[in-house]
Amino acid sequence: MRSVYLWVPLALFAFFAGLAAYMLTQEKDQFVESTMIGQPLPEFALDPAYAGLPGAAKADFTGKPRLLNIWASWCLPCIAEAPQLEALQKQGVEIVGIAIRDRPEDVANFLAKYGNPYSRIGSDAISEVQLAIGSSGVPETFVIDGKGVIRYQHIGDIRESDVAKLLAELEKAR
Amino acid sequence: MIRFVLAAIIALLALPVAAQDSMPPAPYAYNQLADPRLEAEASALMHTLRCLKCQSQSIADSDAPMAGDMRHQVRSRILAGESPDEIRRWLIARYGDYVSYEPEVSSTTWPLFVAPLLLLLVVGAVLLRRLGKRRSDAEGGDVA
Repeated sequence: MRSVYLWVPLALFAFFAGLAAYMLTQEKDQFVESTMIGQPLPEFALDPAYAGLPGAAKADFTGKPRLLNIWASWCLPCIAEAPQLEALQKQGVEIVGIAIRDRPEDVANFLAKYGNPYSRIGSDAISEVQLAIGSSGVPETFVIDGKGVIRYQHIGDIRESDVAKLLAELEKAR
Repeated sequence: MIRFVLAAIIALLALPVAAQDSMPPAPYAYNQLADPRLEAEASALMHTLRCLKCQSQSIADSDAPMAGDMRHQVRSRILAGESPDEIRRWLIARYGDYVSYEPEVSSTTWPLFVAPLLLLLVVGAVLLRRLGKRRSDAEGGDVA
């Protein structure tokens, strides 16, 4: 019996070495998820990001579910998701944008080039609202219900395959 | 010569920079607070908060624009009278424990704090038994 106990430390070592080796081969999850899901939006009122559309505030999120899209004109994946946002808007989804660290002329250029699916765009020059809702990058898209509660977070650009999921989450938030 | 001019033009057109914003940093991203005591508090806190864009650095160590915006939050909140603990809790409420480098006892981390204590107890018990046994062996030997 004693000799069996002697192998326990080696077995433990082998287990942890194996675990470490396995974890090294796994892809690292780079995303930091917001822990604000289920929480109401924080108070905010942002100035318009450019002259063409009104700014964005917490008070805009009443009555029906909407998408809150965190983006920027300098963000390359935001170009990739532009067609999907347009498709969502065509299906009757209202999309409120928040432009992170952006300039009015850059916002206007981006929208002229890649389309404008937004009903409002607020300008967040110091990432204040972004930090307040637990978003850690651009682009990110949140589903906000008719009472202003954050219901779902999509991290990264919206691919064609994500559109159905977002529509379902919007329906669930109704 | 023509090659050199061409190379210079291409270098000046440095395109990779286009993926960064061109906005000036937030007011308190690179400016210290005027009160040295408050700045020391802010600095100590910033060294224990994780940069979300560059996850192996603290926001004090990072030049990412988002880290600058987080430093601005820390300094302006300290200036407004919030305590470092309140600011840490504000961030943890948004990003989870992950944002803080200061380990906290929570429902997922408690084994980390309990395990060393348990190990110490086990080691202590084993030691006591062994030492006690040796002593009684020695006493037994004296009698014999």
